[in-house]
Amino acid sequence: MGSSSQQLDQIISKEYEHGFYTELEADAIPHGLSEDVVRLISKKKNEPDFMLQWRLKAYRHWLTMSEPKWAQVHHAPIDYQDMVYYSAPKSQKDGPKSLEEVDPELLATYTKLGIPLKEQEMLAGVAVDAVFDSVSVATTFKGKLAEQGIIFCSFSEAVQEHPELVKKYLGSVVPYTDNFFATLNSAVFSDGSFCYIPKGVRCPMELSTYFRINAKNTGQFERTLIVAEEGAYVSYLEGCTAPMRDENQLHAAVVELVALDNARIKYSTVQNWYPGDKDGKGGIYNFVTKRGDCRGKHSHISWTQVETGSAITWKYPSVLLRGDYSVGEFYSVALTNNYQQADTGTKMIHLGRNTKSTIISKGISAGHGQNAYRGLVKVQKGAENARNYTQCDSLLMGDRCGAHTFPYIEAKNPTAKIEHEATTSRIGEDQLFYCKQRGISAEDAVSMIVNGFCKEVFKELPMEFAVEAQKLLGVSLEGSVG
Amino acid sequence: MLSIKNLHASIEGKEILRGLSLEVKAGEVHAIMGPNGSGKSTLAQVLAGRESYEITGGEVNYRGHNLLEMAPEERAREGVFLAFQYPVEIPGVNNVYLLKAALNAIRKHKGQVELDAMEFLTLIKEKIKVVKMNEDLLYRAVNQGFSGGEKKRNEILQMAVLEPALAILDETDSGLDIDALQIVAGGVNSLRSKERAIIVVTHYQRLLDYIVPDFVHVLSKGRIVKSGGPELALELEQKGYGWVETETRKPAEALAK
Repeated sequence: MGSSSQQLDQIISKEYEHGFYTELEADAIPHGLSEDVVRLISKKKNEPDFMLQWRLKAYRHWLTMSEPKWAQVHHAPIDYQDMVYYSAPKSQKDGPKSLEEVDPELLATYTKLGIPLKEQEMLAGVAVDAVFDSVSVATTFKGKLAEQGIIFCSFSEAVQEHPELVKKYLGSVVPYTDNFFATLNSAVFSDGSFCYIPKGVRCPMELSTYFRINAKNTGQFERTLIVAEEGAYVSYLEGCTAPMRDENQLHAAVVELVALDNARIKYSTVQNWYPGDKDGKGGIYNFVTKRGDCRGKHSHISWTQVETGSAITWKYPSVLLRGDYSVGEFYSVALTNNYQQADTGTKMIHLGRNTKSTIISKGISAGHGQNAYRGLVKVQKGAENARNYTQCDSLLMGDRCGAHTFPYIEAKNPTAKIEHEATTSRIGEDQLFYCKQRGISAEDAVSMIVNGFCKEVFKELPMEFAVEAQKLLGVSLEGSVG
Repeated sequence: MLSIKNLHASIEGKEILRGLSLEVKAGEVHAIMGPNGSGKSTLAQVLAGRESYEITGGEVNYRGHNLLEMAPEERAREGVFLAFQYPVEIPGVNNVYLLKAALNAIRKHKGQVELDAMEFLTLIKEKIKVVKMNEDLLYRAVNQGFSGGEKKRNEILQMAVLEPALAILDETDSGLDIDALQIVAGGVNSLRSKERAIIVVTHYQRLLDYIVPDFVHVLSKGRIVKSGGPELALELEQKGYGWVETETRKPAEALAK
């Protein structure tokens, strides 16, 4: 109807404003995947034998598997022999020499997001001095954390320094046989983060700033393992609200969380990788396996995610509610624009008694974006008094996008209480006109309406992150949504 | 302040306004009455800049601007305010947040300093008295779960905060019980001023007992067919809209004879 929807179209179809670089890595092993490559990766990382054996088992298993086809996503076949599975940390010489060489559009985005200069340099891949501020910052953090017995380091470092912990927990939540992408990750993962919170310790800071610094160049096969011992608490922030400079097409990460008795893990993600251009060319395929294991009584795991980037997002952060009285939560905002596709949701597997799960999912589709919520709530036989509440809301902008909801519910215990609510709405011309009639610009109005729609999820994010996420949505809306 | 000349407007190919003319000066209150389908709400929407209507002829001058060329938000920032017949709900957006954004957009346009949260709250606590509205409603999502009366009061609250030069009230009385009607009318009356023009669009005379207009216009088939003082509204109430329509048909019939 009328020019108001045309206006909406115009805003929606604006180009992604962030520039990207595609320079080839020099120091990389030849492309293709074989047992030799797996051995080479392990050797380059100087890993103990148990790691090599684990990788090889994964690789051999992977050979027997085929790519899953059930997701509501479409893409050209991926040639796994055409990829490079290991590249040495990037030489800083290849990057831009200063911010002046960085695409001004990208910088404008950083500025809008309020990211400090130093971090802008990091994100844009600017070659900075080796004696870089953040190194000492990181060391300070690490020292402070170590005082309380908290281990927070790269995965590679953990393999060297704490092999017993890695050996105990690696693959204990997501086994190497889990699924095609997780198995591939198990064979070839390059690095990631490791976090261990000892008994009764409450991690005194959000593990965020450090991560941002640490996250640089962890590569396309990333692996994160977080263990919270009895009564421990940690809030972990992954990702970055700014578009990352990234040459890899396929990302297949694995995240494993383990919460023992009375432990609590809060895991928040904001993902804004390159979504491809307005015709659907390019962009990251983000195929991630994230799973938390509420292994102990009264343990609590919550996933909060804001997904606005990537050409394809395929992820289902899940919780195994093993301990009695354990709690699992999933709060999600997924935004798809242009030709972006998202098939995301969660799995809540109730095994223990009196377990409780909450799922709040907000999908926003614009342009030709396709957004699917796929969620499984499963109550096993022994899970007395399990409860679940699920709410899936979809917001459509324009008339060429789609929203799909695939809820799966399996209850094998008669005491289970499962609620599911779903709504689909459209940003109405009425809402838009109402705001404009009050003097608010169309862009601000859309941003306001969308942020309102996502409110229940944003309030789960740590304060500082929530503000950034809102800004990000604003920027995404301005740049790619409307 | 507002000069409408021979305005024609249609929606989806159907002509609704067919040569409407109206002059409104600052300080005046004009009532637009008329039967269903006569074009009352269309007039209100067209003045506010609703894009789904197509302007097929005529002109509208507002304080020296060609109003028809202005985007809805520009009109709003220049002081045109529409109190909606059906205020929309916006889930998750605080009522007070929307109002602050609106006021600051207008202030910015006027070159005034934008208000911070504290200044704005002080202002709104004063303004809310005008419509005797519960403060809780400020912190709820815009119009969500509001009763019919609360929605209309909220519109008048917005008007009180935004202080428009030209306020158009589109059937603000519809769906109100007598108490709410009095409160809303009281709010509007307190906003009458020498600098402000108000156009009250209504189906019933009832509202005009409380908001006494300077002029009453009767709209029929997209045109003003009769204008007069407040007494015209009373006459209409007694004789019904059919009376005006036959009255206006007379000269044509006479001509035919």
